[in-house]
Amino acid sequence: MSLIVRRIGPGCTLQDQGRSGCLDLGLSRGGAADLRAVAEGAALLRQGADLAVLEMAGMGGEFEAQCDLRIALTGAPMDASIDGAKVAWNASHLLPAGARLTVGAARQGVYGYLHVGGGFEGSTFLGSRSVHLAAGVGRAVAVGDDLPVGSDKGTETGLFLPADDRFSGGTLRVLEGFQTPLFAPEVRERFVATEFARGPRANRMGVQMVCDGAGFAAEGQLNILSEIIVPGDIQMTGDGRPFVLMPECQTTGGYPRIGTVIPADLPLAAQTPAGASVRFGFVSLDEAAQAEAEARAGLARLTAQARPLVRDIAQIADLLSYQLISGAISAHDDHTEEPT
Amino acid sequence: MNNTRSQPSSCFPVVRIAGVNGMLVSFGDRLTEASNRAALAFRAALEERRIEGIGETATSLASVFTRFDPLVISHRRIEGLLRDLLATRDWYSAPLPAGRRLWRVPTVYGTDLAPQLDEAAEAAGLDRDEAIERLGTSRVRVLTIGFAPGQPYLGPLGPEWNLPRLQELTPMVPRGALVLAISQFVLFAGPTPTGWRHVGQTAFRCFRPESDAPIALRPGDEMIFEPVDRATYDRLSASDATGDGGATRTEIAP
Repeated sequence: MSLIVRRIGPGCTLQDQGRSGCLDLGLSRGGAADLRAVAEGAALLRQGADLAVLEMAGMGGEFEAQCDLRIALTGAPMDASIDGAKVAWNASHLLPAGARLTVGAARQGVYGYLHVGGGFEGSTFLGSRSVHLAAGVGRAVAVGDDLPVGSDKGTETGLFLPADDRFSGGTLRVLEGFQTPLFAPEVRERFVATEFARGPRANRMGVQMVCDGAGFAAEGQLNILSEIIVPGDIQMTGDGRPFVLMPECQTTGGYPRIGTVIPADLPLAAQTPAGASVRFGFVSLDEAAQAEAEARAGLARLTAQARPLVRDIAQIADLLSYQLISGAISAHDDHTEEPT
Repeated sequence: MNNTRSQPSSCFPVVRIAGVNGMLVSFGDRLTEASNRAALAFRAALEERRIEGIGETATSLASVFTRFDPLVISHRRIEGLLRDLLATRDWYSAPLPAGRRLWRVPTVYGTDLAPQLDEAAEAAGLDRDEAIERLGTSRVRVLTIGFAPGQPYLGPLGPEWNLPRLQELTPMVPRGALVLAISQFVLFAGPTPTGWRHVGQTAFRCFRPESDAPIALRPGDEMIFEPVDRATYDRLSASDATGDGGATRTEIAP
């Protein structure tokens, strides 16, 4: 079982939950930039969220199934079609043997995900299939690659999940960290009062945030002892400009960090497109722990939320309460399966 | 470092928050031999305790990071466990880990391979030959592995090398670059932009993903970056199959 890559955007990589437990080797966890999208795909295919997926960095590609495959598409919405027929995003589909899946550019957000029933296989390194470009582990997917697919125990397709709003910026919740006191109170106040735009520099290592006016420098910035970094850390570079660090960040660093974006908000940080507005707001430790509990509960609910895309009319108990005329599908776009 | 407005040195060791799923135990805000040794020993003791909910531990130069699941073990509980362990002994007098090695790594200082030697020497108040002599005979310890896979922070170097990082980043130094700041070396595992001064170049590969032992160095290992000429370096680079780049390794007796 495999999927052949006929066209592919730059920087598309196989990802999973990453390889935790390697900090002492200097290797950051890596893994998908948007772990919520990984969980969504797993829910749509009724399989584990530990399987490898294809992360598409802003631009998809064209893929040919070597056998019947179940697929799901999640994350940043992209135009997708199977043999020319448009298919819904945030949904699962059958990709029959020989059929071509085409995925375009992100309409919103940054990272789109292609999941296959059984997950992508291929070599593992230290217990994970995640490509870690910054560390030189693995490489980006290239034209002509024949991506092996694991055996699929599921059969169901045609499920969808309601779209989530994490693709156009917003407020990132931040926990104070051990270097927050290096920033003067007035610098911290100005930081949370500032509206940033996501800058042009962004990848799986970090995302630049830009604003007008002075930078946000710490005291003694160039002489700080290099210290442990975690994903989500908001690092101030030499000129006091913030970068939110992503899964492929370095494991230690000497630039001071004003705080850490909580894990629950990292999907939004990763998916914020260039130019979109971002603000930062400090939360307490209890609020951060509560947000983590809620985020995980949200992921656990996804399986139940994944519902059939086209419902059997006989199974709709309250049929007469539906408005059946407006939103009818155009005759010129009769392949559209968007849930209404 | 010089700013500790909220954390005066007298309060070390200190336990602080590092993200919603992390805690950091720091033995100093400056690198010292003792604070590094304390961190290595404390981490080893923490690993031995195998505490439920702790996902991993790692050392930095003078700290121990603990990643845990806050839904399994609360911050307050983990902070208590860490403080209890801290109280069991004087960590600053703990011995170094066993099984340490001494590496001697052929290194070209200066030339176009390592173009910031001269400015580093000048900042240290030395001429070039004196700088090479001092750097090339310094026996430094792997203080921690970090930033990139297998990449060592090494030190301490003499106080004349306590140079701040450059404000302007060098866009890219190559793999094997020996860079210097704040009385430390870093030996780069891969091509990296950096604010540290590029003073030497080696053919040593810190990260060997194709190997059964992908990480060559361990915290506690010691290294000497011995000066060689350009021709020797070129020959070693061309003939190297292991990633050692001509380096030799001997066990350090306990």
